[in-house]
Amino acid sequence: MLQLEKLTKTYKTGDKALQGIDLEVPSGQVLALIGPSGAGKSTMIRCINRLVEPTGGAAILDGVNLTRLGSGALRRARREMGMIFQEYALVERLTVMENVLSGRLGYVGFWRSFLRRYPQSDVDEAFRLLDRVGLLHMADKRADELSGGQRQRVGICRALIQQPKLLLVDEPTASLDPKTSRQIMRLITELCRERGLAAIINIHDVALAQMFVPRIVGLRFGEIVFDGPPDALTSEKLTEIYGEEDWEATIEKVEGEDTDIEAAE
Amino acid sequence: MPVLEKEGTQVWRRRTASETLIRWFGWLIGVAVFMLCWQRISEATTWFFVWDAPRIASDIWNRATPPRWEYITQLGRPIWDTLNIATLGTLIALCLAVPVAFLAARNTTPSALFVRPFALLIIVATRSINSLIWALLLIAIIGPGVFAGVIAIAIRSIGFCAKLLYEAIEEIDHGQVEAITATGASRWQVMAYGIVPQILPAFAGIAVFRWDINIRESTVLGLVGAGGVGLQLSASLNVLAWPQVSLILIVILVAVVISEWVSAKVRGAII
Repeated sequence: MLQLEKLTKTYKTGDKALQGIDLEVPSGQVLALIGPSGAGKSTMIRCINRLVEPTGGAAILDGVNLTRLGSGALRRARREMGMIFQEYALVERLTVMENVLSGRLGYVGFWRSFLRRYPQSDVDEAFRLLDRVGLLHMADKRADELSGGQRQRVGICRALIQQPKLLLVDEPTASLDPKTSRQIMRLITELCRERGLAAIINIHDVALAQMFVPRIVGLRFGEIVFDGPPDALTSEKLTEIYGEEDWEATIEKVEGEDTDIEAAE
Repeated sequence: MPVLEKEGTQVWRRRTASETLIRWFGWLIGVAVFMLCWQRISEATTWFFVWDAPRIASDIWNRATPPRWEYITQLGRPIWDTLNIATLGTLIALCLAVPVAFLAARNTTPSALFVRPFALLIIVATRSINSLIWALLLIAIIGPGVFAGVIAIAIRSIGFCAKLLYEAIEEIDHGQVEAITATGASRWQVMAYGIVPQILPAFAGIAVFRWDINIRESTVLGLVGAGGVGLQLSASLNVLAWPQVSLILIVILVAVVISEWVSAKVRGAII
C-alpha cells in the first residue's frame, strides 16, 4: 500500500537525514521504526506526508506518488494519513471536541470550520471515537486541562476521524509514564487492527515495540539496518542499530513482561 | 583560568585577575565621563532660575489651589471626546495591525524577501513618529477636530500593536501548526486553528495595553487642536486660569486611573 523508493532527505546544512530508504508497508500492517536519536525516524515519517520536503526518491501511497503532488492534491492526500505526535500537538486553547473535529478540516470548507458548523455525521463520529478511548465525559474540557495520557488519546481521535488509510505516529509514548505508555501503545495497535489501518510508529522504547508490534525496522544514520519480526532482534542486531551496549537485560525484560501480561490476563 | 591551586585545594573565582582589573578600569572611565558631563551641564545652566524654582512653584501652587470645581460642567463633553479618540483610534489600529503583523512574522509572511521588509517598514515608520506630530500633520491635511485625533492615535498605534503581535506570532508552538497542517487543512484553516488560538491572549493583552496608553496620549492631542480635553487645557493655560488647569489635571488623573483599572481587570480575566 505504501512504498518508499530511494527516499532521500538532505538538509540545507548538509546533514543526510535519509539516504535512499526503500520500504514497503502492506495494507493493515503496523510497523515500528526504531533507532537512535538523529537516525532520521522523525524525518522519514514527515517526508511521507511532506511536513518535511524530501530531496529525492518517491513515496507512493496506493499508486499516488506523494512527492510529486501540487498543494491542492497534497492536502487531499494528507487526509488519508493521520498523524500522532510526541508532545500531542493539540491546540491547547480549544476544547477536546474542537480538537477532535479539527481532524475533519481537510473535508470541510473554511467558513464551516471557522464557525464550528461541522456536519452532524462528523460530530457523531467524534463522540463515537471519544467514547472508544474513554474520554466522552471530557468532550467539553479545554485541551490544556487534560493529563498527558488523556491528551494523547485526543490526538489519536483527531488522527482517526480523518478516516485515514495510514497512521504516522511520532514517538507516541516519549512524554508518558511507563503504564500510560503501554496503554497508549495497546490502544493504537488495537484501533489499527479494528480498522485495518497500516501504521508506522517511531519509538524509542525497544521493549515496548517488541511487545506490541509484529514488524520492526531499525534505522541508523538514515539507512535501514534491520527489518524483521521482534524476536529476530538479537543483541547483535541492537548493537548494529544503536552501538555497543549490554542488551541482554532489555531482551530478557521483554520476555519477562510478556509472560507477566499473559498471566495477568 | 578562574580555577586556582592554593595549598592543594582548588579555589574557584568568577573572573581571572586581569578580567577583574579590566572591569575596574571600565567603571573608572564610566565615573570620569559622568563627572565631566555633570560639569558641562552645570556650566550651561543659569543657576539663578534653578534657585528660584521653589518660589515660582509654590507661587503657581497657590494660584492653582483650590481648583475651580464649578468648571467641571464644561469638562464632561471634552473628556468624553478624549475617551472616544482613544477607543476608536485603538480599534482602527488593531484592524490594520493584524494583517501587518501576519505579513511581518517570519513564520507566516508570504515572502520574507519582499513582503516582510515592507511590513517592517510600516511598523517602524508609524512607531517612530509621536502621535502629537501625527496630529499636527493631520490637522493640516483634514482640518482640526476629533477626527484628526482619532486618525493620529490610530496611525501611531499600528506599529506598536503590529510589533508586539508579530513577536507573539513568531513565538507560537510550531507543533500545533504542524498537527493542523497534517490533517490536510488549507492555509486559512491552519491560520484559524493552528495560529489564532495561540495568539489570542497576547492579542487581547496588547489591545487593552494600547488602549490604556492611548487614553493618556489623547489627553494632550487637544494642545495642537485635535479635540478632547487637551483643548480646554491649552485654552486655560493661555489665559493663566490656574484653578481650571488644576481641575483638568485632576480629571485626567481620574480618567487614567480608571482606564488602568479596567485594563488590569480585562487582562486578568483573559490570562
